[in-house]
Amino acid sequence: MSSLWDELEQFLDDVEKPARYIGGEDGAIDPEHSPEKASWLLIYPDTYEIGLPNQGLQILYEILNERDDSVAERSYAPWVDMSREMRKRKIPLFSVDTHRAAGEFDILAFNLSAELVYTNLLECLDLSDVPLYSKDRNAEHPIVIAGGHCTYNPEPFADFIDIAVLGDGEEVVGEISEIFSHWKSKSGKELDRSGLLRELAGLAGVYVPSLYETTFSKGRLVSILPKVEKNITNVIEKRTISDLEAWPYPKNQLVPLTEVVHDRLNVEIFRGCTRGCRFCQAGMITRPVRERPREQIVSMVEKGLKRTGYDEVSLTSLSSADFSGIENVISEVMTQDSCSPVSVSLPSLRVDAFTVDTASQMQQARRTGLTFAPEAGTWRLRQVINKLISDDDLFAAVESAYSQGWRRVKLYFLIGLPTETDEDTLGIVDLAEKTLEIGRKHHKSPSVTVSVGGFVPKPYTPFQWFGQNTEQELLRKIYLLRDAAKKIRGLKLKWHDSRATVVEGILSRGDRRLAPVLEKVWQKGGIFQEWSEYFDIDLWKNAMEEEDLLIEDFSYRHRDEDEVLPWDHLSAGLHKDFLWQDWRDALNNQGLEDCRWTPCYDCGACTGYGTEHVVASAVPPAGGSQGTGAASQQGNEITVSISEIETVKNLQASGVNE
Amino acid sequence: MRCLRVRYTKRGKIRFIGHRDVARIWERTLRKANIPVLYSQGFSPHPRISFGLALPTGFESEAEYVDIYLGEEFFLKDFDAELIQQGIDRALPTGMDALKVGIVSTSEDSLQEAVDACVWEVRISGISAEGFKKIRSELFSCDSLSIERERKGKILVEDVRSQIHSMDIAEEHTDGVTILTELGTKPRVLRPTDLLKRINSELRTVRVLRKEQLTLQGNQRIEPLSIELHPAAPAEVLA
Ligand code: SF4
Repeated sequence: MSSLWDELEQFLDDVEKPARYIGGEDGAIDPEHSPEKASWLLIYPDTYEIGLPNQGLQILYEILNERDDSVAERSYAPWVDMSREMRKRKIPLFSVDTHRAAGEFDILAFNLSAELVYTNLLECLDLSDVPLYSKDRNAEHPIVIAGGHCTYNPEPFADFIDIAVLGDGEEVVGEISEIFSHWKSKSGKELDRSGLLRELAGLAGVYVPSLYETTFSKGRLVSILPKVEKNITNVIEKRTISDLEAWPYPKNQLVPLTEVVHDRLNVEIFRGCTRGCRFCQAGMITRPVRERPREQIVSMVEKGLKRTGYDEVSLTSLSSADFSGIENVISEVMTQDSCSPVSVSLPSLRVDAFTVDTASQMQQARRTGLTFAPEAGTWRLRQVINKLISDDDLFAAVESAYSQGWRRVKLYFLIGLPTETDEDTLGIVDLAEKTLEIGRKHHKSPSVTVSVGGFVPKPYTPFQWFGQNTEQELLRKIYLLRDAAKKIRGLKLKWHDSRATVVEGILSRGDRRLAPVLEKVWQKGGIFQEWSEYFDIDLWKNAMEEEDLLIEDFSYRHRDEDEVLPWDHLSAGLHKDFLWQDWRDALNNQGLEDCRWTPCYDCGACTGYGTEHVVASAVPPAGGSQGTGAASQQGNEITVSISEIETVKNLQASGVNE
Repeated sequence: MRCLRVRYTKRGKIRFIGHRDVARIWERTLRKANIPVLYSQGFSPHPRISFGLALPTGFESEAEYVDIYLGEEFFLKDFDAELIQQGIDRALPTGMDALKVGIVSTSEDSLQEAVDACVWEVRISGISAEGFKKIRSELFSCDSLSIERERKGKILVEDVRSQIHSMDIAEEHTDGVTILTELGTKPRVLRPTDLLKRINSELRTVRVLRKEQLTLQGNQRIEPLSIELHPAAPAEVLA
């Protein structure tokens, strides 16, 4: 194996941000390669700046390098100028650790966390000189694995990967390494790739798409079943590590030499979330809640700050303010011995005054801006999506923020939610206006930035049956908001490109018919699609048309209860009937309480796997009444029936036939 | 007020990081090495450090300098230059090494003002030693050499002949030469790559390394690192 560095350094001066390709981060591991080990190349198929901080990838990087039977390096998608040069000079995708060619690794493992990177998966495979389709690969080629949240519906890219791994990767990467290194020790003829894949399919959490057959009839998926083989399970269950304490990773977080997103120490304080926001796939698929012990958090922070030299730490999770006794953790972290001020941040603030007080304690030095995510403009709609924040919760939170010195508040909302009416949409501007009024009590010119995203229904959520708003409908809502927001001084409105939402929607709940679509978009240069300067809706629309596929079929129509969903053969533990019931409850404006502090309603995430919540306190956090039952009692007058959804649906349908 | 001036390197792969990256690395390095740098006042306080002449991304160097502002106490109590240099060196990433530390008074010229010339080592390919010697003697025989440089969007034509102090072959290779050249930095830095391109557009520079930054005093060439390692403490502070 040889390093490509000598060739690379000759032209790195000519590409944008060459530091993306040099490696050398503090925390980078000097990989100990040896022929017996399974060698992994962990690839984040987006730019270095986005990919490097990814905690999932860093965790596996350490675990694999600690083991005797495996070794791991990292790679990120080269930016377009770089890949152009690489192709010109016949340089393949390479690792940033030792700059060796991707094709020299046994396993290419992709972290997929957003739909719009799927074409970058193809780009990376092609740059690696690995055949795009699994069926075209032989024993000479690396095994292609996908992990990350997108593998809960891997069907759109199933033909390009050999394996998808569902759920927490900490344990299963070891099991894969064991099987692989054993397989590798066999001699030439015995190296049967399909035999290896069958063996790997025996592992819990491992899905081998080529062992399953999909059947379509009249444009609908009717079944996904194992091809007539023994020992292949009908349903693949996700992996869950029950005890976060046993996995204090990353122990040596990578400190990049160049600027990246989230450039600070990140310590994961718990995994899973049971708030039950119905639009949120991450919350649903990562249940149950598993908290890290407080002492371990404090020691990880202390050691981490000392080692890295960072002066900022983020305590990460899906809803960090919900950690049992978060106030104590924060004050312990802040009072530690250090020569410069340390600031602590929580990635997602809960919307209430208590949380703001905590935030104010955390960021003594930096008062940049505070972000809250009420997600919907009216209480009614927030009950539908089960984000049980009352208007008063929000007002108390912003009052507290403005009075404690913040002048900028950011509010995050989704549009295109189930049962949404124009009144709900305009409620967003209404909330923003009231927020500004509160701000004026404390500052001369307060500002509010409203960010609006288009809702994409995701697998394993109660909204997986919902017909997504069309591009036109989303655009209409954006204009509605824009017109209403224009008149308000201090209000800034930002929105997500509704065309990108369309593509996300197709891929989110798509199936194997999309493989040629991805291939066509990639072939026409459609990479880095999550970057607005490269996103091109026409590539997608044309490819769909060429394949005779309708966006309506994938995204805009509501799905039926008994319809086969492309991910029915995979499981995040959640019972389908629980999700269906939750969907019906949503349509009745009924919230559902957080099962951390109220009795279990058997969604399946714990009950199915014999696990349970690991929380230090069974008492709801101070100030966090939302979702604990107290809030759900308020106002429940307006009901929206399913028939209104049907009307909305027609509206959307008429929008499709431009 | 005084600050700690550190001479450090930027060699190998790390030469591809930019100037802002270097600044961020220093901020973290000082925290790792427990150097109690002073912070600026105001809305978002940041550590008070300042750098000398910028080094273009991709160039290597054995002579980078940074000034670190510190409270006077730092220089009093058991100030040990070697320990400090070692501590900083350990905290820096591969390719960046702390070579020396010194103390300068903030009333002295800023690094940028203090430096009059840089010595560069440049590896050039595609030319024989003979060929290069010819180019060199032609260069030194003319009285003026104008270069077009872009500055704030405008193209300026400047005579840089007087900024070329020396240029000699340090090593001959089968496919080229390595030269050492001292170039003046005033009124504006003259980059060796720009100069070589101007002299002969065929020359290909493979690698550029800054060897020294110098202050010129008469015939003397001085490193901008006035070392005053054991400063006498004002009596009232000692008491
Ligand atoms: S199984 Fe019960 S306790 Fe566990 S996440 Fe589901 S509802 Fe909550």
